[in-house]
Amino acid sequence: MSREWPLWEVFIRGQHGMSHRHVGSLHAPDEEMAIKNARDVYTRRNEGVSIWVVETRHIAASSPSDKGPLFEPANSKAYRHPTFFPIPEEVGKM
Amino acid sequence: MSALFQFLLRQGDNTLVLGHRVSEWCGAAPALEEDIALANTALDLIGQTQMWLGYAAEIEEAGRTADDLAFLRDAYDFRNLLLLETPNRNFGHTLLRQFLFDAYQVPLLASLESSTDQRIADIATKAGKEAQYHLERSQDTVIALGDGTEQSHTIMQDALNRLWSYTGEMFESDIVDEAMTANGIAPDPTSLRDVWNTTVDAALKLADLKAPEDNFAHKGGKNGRRHTEHLSHMLSTMQVLQRSYPGASW
Repeated sequence: MSREWPLWEVFIRGQHGMSHRHVGSLHAPDEEMAIKNARDVYTRRNEGVSIWVVETRHIAASSPSDKGPLFEPANSKAYRHPTFFPIPEEVGKM
Repeated sequence: MSALFQFLLRQGDNTLVLGHRVSEWCGAAPALEEDIALANTALDLIGQTQMWLGYAAEIEEAGRTADDLAFLRDAYDFRNLLLLETPNRNFGHTLLRQFLFDAYQVPLLASLESSTDQRIADIATKAGKEAQYHLERSQDTVIALGDGTEQSHTIMQDALNRLWSYTGEMFESDIVDEAMTANGIAPDPTSLRDVWNTTVDAALKLADLKAPEDNFAHKGGKNGRRHTEHLSHMLSTMQVLQRSYPGASW
C-alpha cells in the first residue's frame, strides 16, 4: 500500500448563489482533513463560503486524444447558439 | 503593575510565544498542506497578540506599543505559560502542545466573551472562532497520529509524557486571577479544568494515548518567576532585528 496521502480535487463556492468551482488539488489522509487542508490552502484570503472535496481517483475524465470526435463536430453547428433570436428589450440580461 | 495589565500580558504572551513557536515550522513542515496550515495558525496567534498587547500597552499608559512589549522585553518580563515556550521537537510534539493549549483556550475565550470589560469581550469573540478551528485541527491530528502507526504512536506518547507536567500551570489561580474574577473580567482558571479534562480525555482515548499518573506541575511562567531556558533562546531569535537595529521598520 502506498504511504503517500491520496490526492483530492477541491471545489470552492465563492459566494452564495454561485456554483462551486474547481480551484486546485491537494493531498490529505482522509476527507475531513482534505476539507481542513482546503480551508487552509485555498480560502485563507476570504475566497469561500463552502468547500467540496472529492478524491481525484473518483473523477472520470475524457481523454485528450478523443478531442476530435468529441468536440470538433460542434464547431460547424452555429445554429445551436441562440444568437438568431431577437430578444425583446424588456427581458433584460439573460 | 496593575492586575489588568498583567492579565493582558498573560493573554498576549501566550499567543505571542506559541505563535512564534508555530511559525518556526514555516517552510519545514512534513507536507505542503501542513506547512500552510501551521503558518495560518501562527498568523492567527500573532494577530491575537496584537489585540492583547495593544490593549495592555494602552492600560499601562507608559507610552509603549504592542511592538515594544513583544520585541523589547526580556524573558523574565514574559508572562506566558511554560507549556508554550517548550521547543517544537517534532511535528507530533508540536501538534500535541497545540491541542493541550487549544482545549484550554476555547473555553477560556468563550467565557471571556461575556467579560465585563467590553474590549476583552470583543477580542475574545474574534479570537474564539480562530481557536475553535485550531482545536478541531490539532485534535484530529493528535488522534490520527496517536492511533496511527507504531512509530507515530510512540512519538505521540513520548510527547504526552514530556508535556503533561506543563499542563497544570493553566489551572493555577493567583492574586491577578482573583482580581479579574472579582470584577467579572475573567473566569477563575481553576473553573476551566473540568471542560479541559473532558476534551482531552476523550481525544486521548481515541488516540490510544495514556496521560501520566503523576500530576506534578511546573510553574513560574504566568507569574514570570521562573521560565525555562528555552524562552531566552527563542526570544534571541524573535527579537534579534529590533535589538540589533532599534526602531527598524519596513
